[in-house]
Amino acid sequence: MSGLRGLVIRRILMGLVTMFVISLLIFVGVEALPGDLATAILGQEATPETVAAFRKELKLDLPPHVRYIAWLGDFMKGDLGTSLANKRPVAELISWRFANTIFLAASAAVLAVPLSILLGILAALYRNSLFDKTISMVTLSTISFPEFFVAYILIALLSVQLIIFPSISNINDQMSFAQKIYSIVLPCLTLTLVVMAHMMRQTRAAIINILASPFIEMARLKGIKRMRVIVLHAFPNALSPVINVVAINLAYLIVGVVIVEVVFVYPGLGQLLVDSVSKRDIPVVQASGLIFAAVYVSLNLLADVASILTNPRMRNPK
Amino acid sequence: MSKLKELEQLFTEGKITRREFIGRVSALGLMAAVSPALLSTKAKAATPKRGGRVILGSAGGSTTDSMDPGTLAHTMPQAINQTIRSNLVEVNYKGEPIPELAESWEASPDAVKWVFKLHQGVEFHNGKTMDADDVVYSFNEHRGEDTKSAAKGVVEPIKDIKADGKNTVIFTLAEANADFPFIASDYHIAIVPKGTKGKEYEKGVGTGPFILQAWEPGVRFFGTRNPNYFKSGRPYFDEVEFIGIADTNARTNALMTGQIDVMNRCEPKTFDRLEKAPNIQALKLEGARHYTIPMLTTIKPYDNNDVRLGLKYAIDREQMIKQVLRGYGYVGNDHPIPRNNQYFAKELPQRKYDPEKAKFHLKKAGMLDHTFNLHAADAAFPGAVDASVLIQESASKAGIKIKVVREPDDGYWENVWIKKEWVQCYWSGRPTADWMFSIAYAADANWNDTLWKHDKFNELLKGARAELDQKKRREMYVECQRIVSDEGATPVPAFALQLSAASKKLAFENPAANWEFDGLRLPERWWLA
Repeated sequence: MSGLRGLVIRRILMGLVTMFVISLLIFVGVEALPGDLATAILGQEATPETVAAFRKELKLDLPPHVRYIAWLGDFMKGDLGTSLANKRPVAELISWRFANTIFLAASAAVLAVPLSILLGILAALYRNSLFDKTISMVTLSTISFPEFFVAYILIALLSVQLIIFPSISNINDQMSFAQKIYSIVLPCLTLTLVVMAHMMRQTRAAIINILASPFIEMARLKGIKRMRVIVLHAFPNALSPVINVVAINLAYLIVGVVIVEVVFVYPGLGQLLVDSVSKRDIPVVQASGLIFAAVYVSLNLLADVASILTNPRMRNPK
Repeated sequence: MSKLKELEQLFTEGKITRREFIGRVSALGLMAAVSPALLSTKAKAATPKRGGRVILGSAGGSTTDSMDPGTLAHTMPQAINQTIRSNLVEVNYKGEPIPELAESWEASPDAVKWVFKLHQGVEFHNGKTMDADDVVYSFNEHRGEDTKSAAKGVVEPIKDIKADGKNTVIFTLAEANADFPFIASDYHIAIVPKGTKGKEYEKGVGTGPFILQAWEPGVRFFGTRNPNYFKSGRPYFDEVEFIGIADTNARTNALMTGQIDVMNRCEPKTFDRLEKAPNIQALKLEGARHYTIPMLTTIKPYDNNDVRLGLKYAIDREQMIKQVLRGYGYVGNDHPIPRNNQYFAKELPQRKYDPEKAKFHLKKAGMLDHTFNLHAADAAFPGAVDASVLIQESASKAGIKIKVVREPDDGYWENVWIKKEWVQCYWSGRPTADWMFSIAYAADANWNDTLWKHDKFNELLKGARAELDQKKRREMYVECQRIVSDEGATPVPAFALQLSAASKKLAFENPAANWEFDGLRLPERWWLA
């Protein structure tokens, strides 16, 4: 097990280096965009004098490297800074939105992950049957449509025509847990439809791959039922690729749902990031970018650790 | 039937009275075709009711918005600002200045000194009584060296502001301006308690009809009725909520399913379907919003008026209205004054698409071989790139070569507008002819986006500003419009209508079109039917 601990520590250190590089890239990227917060906010109404006064107030008149180092210094001390646009602490802007993002991602994951793994197993079990083909066709269709299209179809059917679910999911603090769940049904369904195919197909492929192994043949020859062979013998051995694809999809559910947020007016981190980039609000962009990076780094790490734990061969690499 | 629709429209907008409406419809023999709801909502309109909550689904909000009145960059914060704060002067639906925090005002005969008497006993939400010092402070926030306010240019003509006792404020202008009260109605210059700075603006303390309870930029605003509001009876709603909904389809769905009560910026492509929806009142209002295509007169060949006139004739305005605005607009006459403005020059002939004249003028300038670069991005207005391609097409029929240069939306106002020689642009318009000309056409204007200098125009504008005789003033403004139209560097091909929609649950009288959401004052002016 000490090898595993070493791996985790190494990967965390690598992750920190990655995050540092990302923060630098984000900063350089936003700097490279035309204009800054002062011109973005004042827009057509800007005059050279007001822009200069605005820049001075925000310390945007300092050279970029000075601003980056100041930001990095504060960040090291755990201070995310304040939004340049409305002076709110970045931590305050991000915390509740991140919680919302996680809430939606978790709800979608709770629905999508077991469902797609189950369907994947069933598809492998009844390989090439009508059921297998139907499932593949349906999930591949939903993943092929752009997500806003899936969202609009669901809204048109379940919200405008049948009036079952609300068309916008603008949850807020005054709502109870049940109310929140009710209002995010449609975005949750949309995300589920969008991510399901990937996980389902991977599960199916991994299991089918394993089914060709000699030990499965052995199990069959012993007369074990197909269902049992797949669930107890094949699936545990197929876990490693499945875990990886689940991790990628979880990361996507957290960092990639901007469009779904916009369509359903869901107050998550995505919209904040988009607005902050378009207004060049660097501290907010930095913090949200780093959170997204951290999500990717840690989910990948978790996936690797889980793969290793489920696969004895990888626990003791030669 | 379209005549009937038009009459219904005039009636809902309050352009004609109930009696007139019934009379004219009867004359058409169409009385049976009139929706009874139309007349009954209007009948209810006379007696506003108290109570309830209104939910506005608003486009034009961003998570970077702020409640600092100097930087109200979008419609949503602008409307919220006007929901929690008041101005000295309000502009009504007819476009006239009426008293708000100022009870009355008076100008010196030369229109240079303006004395505003304040409403007495008006309280801010924090209990402080509003007085002249607060007004002086609020104006000064937009003046001086260090201000970052977008309204700096608006208050520039003010030379001095001083309080005279607790209830009088005296403004001294650098030069005469008969329209000064309009400046005091600018939404940026909302009155705040003296000393409000930076972060404190986010608390939203004002004298407005609603008190801020929750405000998350770009996401949600929630306010409750101000029990001490100084306008008797108002506001009618107990609570007001704004929800930021950037996506047009999401806004429309939310309105159709009753999650919001009002929406702004409807999609022109589907507006006719909203008009037919049973529980929706679709509003198309004529404001002052217009699209312009300014040319920099400091760059050759745009210094030549024949080039400018030729290009103006090369634009097929009718087609642009039909294809870019889907019919929800009307043609412009190459000046920025809308047809519902009292000084609109009806006597000027409407400039039309005329390839022959276009060719004539460009030939005269020796520019038929020249390729004109037209810079465009949809940041200028939705459909600006399509509009440019249309112009390219219509100009090619006159043998004029135009190249459409696509620019990025990001940084458009900074890097393209007033930088490149010929660009797409829009203006939301201003309540007075003077204001519009002064910010974008006068030689010394901050946003003179053509750098056009016309001595006679500038003299006339200055003269009209100080002229108190209405008849003479009108003549001067008509001449201004003629000069801008014939010699200016700004083609103004189109005025756009303001499309919005509300649930039938809501009632209102004469919605104003100077800004979105009934002049940004919907929460104060509307009520539950």
